[in-house]
This record gives sequence, structure tokens and C-alpha cells, in this order.
Amino acid sequence: MEYSPPPFFKTGPTPLARLLIFAALSLAFLVADVRFNYLEPLRHVAAVVAYPLQRIAAAPTSIARSIVDFFIIHGSLREDNARLRQQNFENGALLLQLKALRAENEQLRQLLAARERFKIELAAAEVLYAARDPFSRKVVIDRGSQQGTRPGQPVVDDRGLVGQVTRAYPWLAEVTLVTDKGQFIPVQNVRNGLRAVLSGTGSDGALELRFIPLNADFQDGDELVTSGIDGVYPPGLPVARVTNVERSIDQIFARITCAPLGGVANHSHVLVVSGARELPPRPVEKKKPLRGKRARKS
Amino acid sequence: MADTRIEPQEILLPVRAGFIALTLIAALMLNLLPWAGAWLWIKPDFVALVVLYWCIEQPRKVGFVSAWLMGLFMDIADGTLLGQHALAYSILAYAGIVLHRRVRMFSGTPQVVHVLLLLLMNDLIVLAIRLAAGADFPGIQYFLGSIVAAALWLPLGALLKLPLRPRNDPDQF
Repeated sequence: MEYSPPPFFKTGPTPLARLLIFAALSLAFLVADVRFNYLEPLRHVAAVVAYPLQRIAAAPTSIARSIVDFFIIHGSLREDNARLRQQNFENGALLLQLKALRAENEQLRQLLAARERFKIELAAAEVLYAARDPFSRKVVIDRGSQQGTRPGQPVVDDRGLVGQVTRAYPWLAEVTLVTDKGQFIPVQNVRNGLRAVLSGTGSDGALELRFIPLNADFQDGDELVTSGIDGVYPPGLPVARVTNVERSIDQIFARITCAPLGGVANHSHVLVVSGARELPPRPVEKKKPLRGKRARKS
Repeated sequence: MADTRIEPQEILLPVRAGFIALTLIAALMLNLLPWAGAWLWIKPDFVALVVLYWCIEQPRKVGFVSAWLMGLFMDIADGTLLGQHALAYSILAYAGIVLHRRVRMFSGTPQVVHVLLLLLMNDLIVLAIRLAAGADFPGIQYFLGSIVAAALWLPLGALLKLPLRPRNDPDQF
């Protein structure tokens, strides 16, 4: 070994061989991630490593925000205060009514021996950044599994549904917005109780009701709320407003486009909804063997 | 006759591995900034740009391992498919390493054109993976980031060469 020539020109495998190794490794990762979801543990470990970097990168905007907050002038502060006082007063009146209605509702439900409506709990979270992926609509919030966020929880803001938690890391969570292409929400028309499934289109500010028959009663301006039949979204959360209904005879289904009500594009603060309803387990269909039936008959 | 396009090369200090790692982390931080709205479209992929730069300038020191790891990191930070950036950056590193002598022969605009084509190839690979996984084409503005990145190529080169200039003039005694 001592007499072997110095490795002047030894550069290891050729670039093409290296490329093939790394490309094969990447493809294996892709397949394992897309088809089998094997790599979630790896993602979680790496997300913990990446967390400080992500927080540092998100720091400039939060610092800028606090600087802007610091220099808010007296006038706008007073204006805001007056407006919020007014709003609080109005909301207080509404809240009184709500309390009375809730008590009444509970009594009626007890009389009918109906299941109680479950109570939802809200936890505030800050949107750190929008995921930099042009193919999907996601945001990252600063409440992770350590703070009780679980995949599947709905995320709302003060106007309506924003999205759903799809991945919960220890201190961060990924929220897929309602406008994402793969996002489906069971909804109900407030005006007539008609149920449908709302799907994202992948472009900001546009949702779609698919496979709705031409004669279905949907009109411009109809408000859609979650129907709650999926057990994921609590019923009654405002989701979208119908903006355009297009019925042409040469097509089987109506084209119904909607605009999301929640602030999908503006990223500041959101609320994570927890406490979904415990649904009864799915009934198991018993397959009776034909022979048994025949035997009983005879 | 010598080609007039070849400029006399500067003699620079040797690059330390720590400096390369620092620039890669800086590029990562720039990518992780909370870009939103229209900024997201024109946001250059700083990591791809810096990986390509080092693959062309220092093909012995930066190669597949760092490119692949940076790609994996980008995939996790963005919540995209695990391996899409890793594959794209590996191929980008390959192209950079194979073409490094050719690209370095040019300077100015012809070099930027080379870089632009390589970055567009990088975009096309990511696009192909996502289309295969069932996404929609997001529109022609998807390629804007690479055009901006190519425009940043020459300033980036000047910036990364600054710390490598010899401190004192060797002609002075």
C-alpha cells in the first residue's frame, strides 16, 4: 500500500455513474413518498432540524410587523378603538341572544332525546409563511403536535373556513387551503339545505361544485356552509359563496364556481378547530351465505 | 489566434469548505423567507443558483451529495414530494459538473444564457415530476423565477468572489 501511486487523478466514479446513483435514490424516495407514505417519520425528524432555520427566516417579517405596529399613529389607534368598541357592543348584543338560543336549543334537544351538538374549541395560530410550492395551496402555521394540533383538524378565520391541517410537525403544522386542487369539503346550501361536495381548483379565490345536475337549485350569491356529515368539519362553518352558475344544455352538469369566504390569500392569524364529533362506527355488513337462507326456508 | 472571448482569469484564494457551506445555508435562508403572492412567482430558486454556481466553479468540492441533500431539505421545508428537488438538483449538479469548462469559457451574456437553460431544465424536471404525480400546470409564470435567477447570475458571481480576492496586492513589496 505504501508504494501505490498518489491518487492524483482518482476522482471516484464518473459523474454519470454518480448521477445514476442519486437519481435512483431520489426516485426511490419519490415512489416511497407518493405511493406508500413510508417517509413521514423521516419528514418529522428533518422538520425538527429545519425548525430553527424556518423560524429565523420568518423573523424579518415579524420584526417588520412589530416595527410597523410601533409607529402606528395616535389617530388611527383612536379610530380603531372606537370601531372595535362599537363592534364589541354589537357582538355583545348578539352574544346575549346566542346564549338564550343555545339554552333553548339544549332544552329542545333534551325533549327530543337527540344527540347533543358537540362543542368546538378554537386555538389561535399565526401563519408563518405560505409554502413555496406553485403546485399546491398550503400555509405553515406555528402550532404543531406539541400544542395539540392533529392532522385533519379544520382551520378557520373570523370569516369562514380556510383549510385543513394535513401534516403536524412538533412545532409547526401544514395547512392545506380550501383552494388546493385535492381538497374536498362536504357543504350545504344555507338557502335550501341542498348538499354537495365543494372542491378546490388549484387557483386562488376559486372553488367549484362538481357533478351537480343542471336543474339543481343553486343561484348566484348562495352561501355554502359545512354540512358536517363527514365528521371532519363541524356543521355550520361558512365556506364559500356561489359567484357564477353556468347551465348549458350540451353538458350534463352545471358549472358552479364559488369564492371562498375565509381569508385564504391574506396570511395573518387563523384558528385551529378541535373537538370533532365522535361518529358512531361504520356498520359492518354481514354477508349471509345463500345456503343458510335456503336451509331455513326448507 | 487566441479567442477574444476568453478573459484573463483572476487568481483567487482557495475556497474553504466552510465558506461554501455558509453560502449554501444563506441561499437556503433566502428561499425560506416568507415569500407570498406575486413575489412567489418571481422568486428565484437561490439554492439551485448557488448549487449550480459551485458546481461550475468548484466541481471537485461541490457535487452530488451536497446538491442532493439541499434538494431533500427544500422538499421538507416546502412540504412538497420528498425527492422532487433532490432529483432536480442532482441532475442540475451533473449538468454543471459536466459543462463546467464550457460555461467558464464564456463570460457575460453567453454565460448567462447557459445558466438560464440549465435552470429551466431544473424547472422542467420538477414540473414533470409534479405532472406525473397528478398536479396541474400552474401557468407560464412558473418559469419566471428561473429568468430572474439567471439575471442574478453575474451579481452572484461577483459577490461570491469578493471574499476570495487576495487581501494585499502581490505586486507590492
